[in-house]
Amino acid sequence: MSDQEYTPKSKAGKWFNDRLPLLTLGAHLTDYPTPKNLNYWWTFGGILTFCLLTQIITGIVLAMHYVAHADLAFASVEHIMRNVNYGWLIRYIHSNGASMFFLAVYIHIFRSMFYGSYKSPREVIWIIGLLIYLLMMATAFMGYVLPWGQMSFWGATVITSLFSAIPLVGESITTWLWGAYSVDNPTLNRFFSLHYLFPFLISGLVILHIWALHVPGNNNPIGIDLKKPSKDTVPFHPYITIKDAFALLLFMIIFSGFVFFSPNVLGHSDNYIPANPLVTPAHIVPEWYLLPFYAILRSVPDKLGGVILMFGSIFILFVLPWLDTSKVRSAVFRPMYRYFYWIFVVDVLLLGYMGAMPAEGIYLTLARIGTIYYFLHFIIVLPVVGLLEKTDPVPMSISAPVLSSGADPALAKKDYDKI
Amino acid sequence: MIRFNSKRLIIVILSTLIFIKPLFSAETIDPIKVNWSFKELTGKFDRASLQRGFQVYKEVCASCHSMQYLSYRNLGEPGGPEFTQEEVKAIAASVEIEDGPDSQGEMFTRQGKPSDKFKSPYPNVEASTAANGGAYPPDMSVLVKARPGGADYMYSVLMGYEEPPAGMKLDDGVYYNKYMIGQKIKMASPLSDGIVEYSDGTEATMDQMAKDVTTFLAWAAEPELEVRHKLGIKVIIYLILLTILVYLSMKKIWSRVDSEI
Repeated sequence: MSDQEYTPKSKAGKWFNDRLPLLTLGAHLTDYPTPKNLNYWWTFGGILTFCLLTQIITGIVLAMHYVAHADLAFASVEHIMRNVNYGWLIRYIHSNGASMFFLAVYIHIFRSMFYGSYKSPREVIWIIGLLIYLLMMATAFMGYVLPWGQMSFWGATVITSLFSAIPLVGESITTWLWGAYSVDNPTLNRFFSLHYLFPFLISGLVILHIWALHVPGNNNPIGIDLKKPSKDTVPFHPYITIKDAFALLLFMIIFSGFVFFSPNVLGHSDNYIPANPLVTPAHIVPEWYLLPFYAILRSVPDKLGGVILMFGSIFILFVLPWLDTSKVRSAVFRPMYRYFYWIFVVDVLLLGYMGAMPAEGIYLTLARIGTIYYFLHFIIVLPVVGLLEKTDPVPMSISAPVLSSGADPALAKKDYDKI
Repeated sequence: MIRFNSKRLIIVILSTLIFIKPLFSAETIDPIKVNWSFKELTGKFDRASLQRGFQVYKEVCASCHSMQYLSYRNLGEPGGPEFTQEEVKAIAASVEIEDGPDSQGEMFTRQGKPSDKFKSPYPNVEASTAANGGAYPPDMSVLVKARPGGADYMYSVLMGYEEPPAGMKLDDGVYYNKYMIGQKIKMASPLSDGIVEYSDGTEATMDQMAKDVTTFLAWAAEPELEVRHKLGIKVIIYLILLTILVYLSMKKIWSRVDSEI
């Protein structure tokens, strides 16, 4: 069913739809032809939408009870935990929800990297996704400052001080960001304001992300272009909605495990000590989801160099679609890339671990190796592998895996199953 | 297709963890592991231990450590020590609270009420620091959550006072404690056998008191723990049942299509 064919049955529906075609949009969303071979790694888009909504809803309730003032913030969080009805539940959902959000977004990003979803014609979807990810990191960082514990305060001090590395204007920029000469009450106030604003910017970008997705349609595990609609596609509803719901429920079970049985395991115990500008914690560490970037920052002996590499490690992702020279999307048919993909995954995990360790001795050496490899992966490995690699034969369609190069179908089937 | 990928991911994560595990360096001695009743999934606090722990807190800790986020009424709430309303009133009435100003603009003192916050031993952090040799006795409301190792660490520090190793020089008012970060602590061993006389007749050994007061502190930091555990079990059972139903629906719906889910 194509969008143009849709006309509401009722007269009122037609009247309204002629003026604002919301019903046409609804029909488009339910009929949207989706590849029938999407695996469970594709369910994280829906899961992420759930995460965003959960954070916004719990966040709005928390903001009703929270006080953004350096002298009162810590106490107001304890007030939420002790005196607000189910305040502990709302706060634990919100704080663990941030971690679950990042867990899901990392899976989503790595899925895109494995199956080449960032490649033509989906570059804009990828770039909007990265903007969402950047805003998520900013939002999460500012949210972590709000309880005004020791890690809040010192994390904010470390991250905002990064801007002082900018030559000439660095100091002025930092003072401007703080609204004071150190992290203080004005900083907390503006972080609260922006922490409330950014999720709505993210929501706007999510709409653009989905819109951009609906132009070419979904990529799929074998990474081929599909005729839509065809035997290879299913309507989004009920096929994808029910599958997303199933995956979301599994995700919620894990989420609940954290919220109800170890709500503080992902946080740092120092954040239950009220902020004290006179006492620096032994190790200042950000939340786990920012650790790889923190490791890159600290692996460079020069402050400005560290800041440049840290931001560079994110901005290089924006040109990923043009660094990858392979025409084949899915790693399923890219034996060499598949190899380097997993090395890259290990490298990022290693960097994450080094970010949690003190920047000295063996940790620093490993962090440096990890940082160098991170950039090599994008600058050397991806362009070169794309040129050298002999890719496996790609099937013509999902339903009938006819091979483009006339190779042995049984062999291709074997390769396909391997993945 | 999914099976292979998830297996790979798990292998990658596990091997990374195995590779990095030996790199852990021990800065402090691991705290003594205690089999707390509130540790398990359905864990609850030991009511009698909480009541005894409150007694230790009141008679020993409270002379230096505040607990400013708790109210006396909390002592009677479900999931806590569950003192009777009369007992809570009596506990609150045993302190004098400064209130006001009254209609004349004067501050006055009155008996404590259950709705009052726990009275702090010092008017402010500075006074508390000055009175304790320059070391601020931390507020105990969330102390168990504020230390890596939590309740185990709390208990270990209480039990960890020893003679310093030969050759270690300690300043006046500094004590050796093998579980403390840095092994030095400015608090003298607060507990000794029989320092408290338990009203329920339990023998007040040092170990018993350390366990009781740690249990009390764990509750003070997480007064919602029992409700949280109970609700968590219900939520997860509900989610599992719903997941099964959705899974069956999904199987049925997808059976119309020639494809694996």
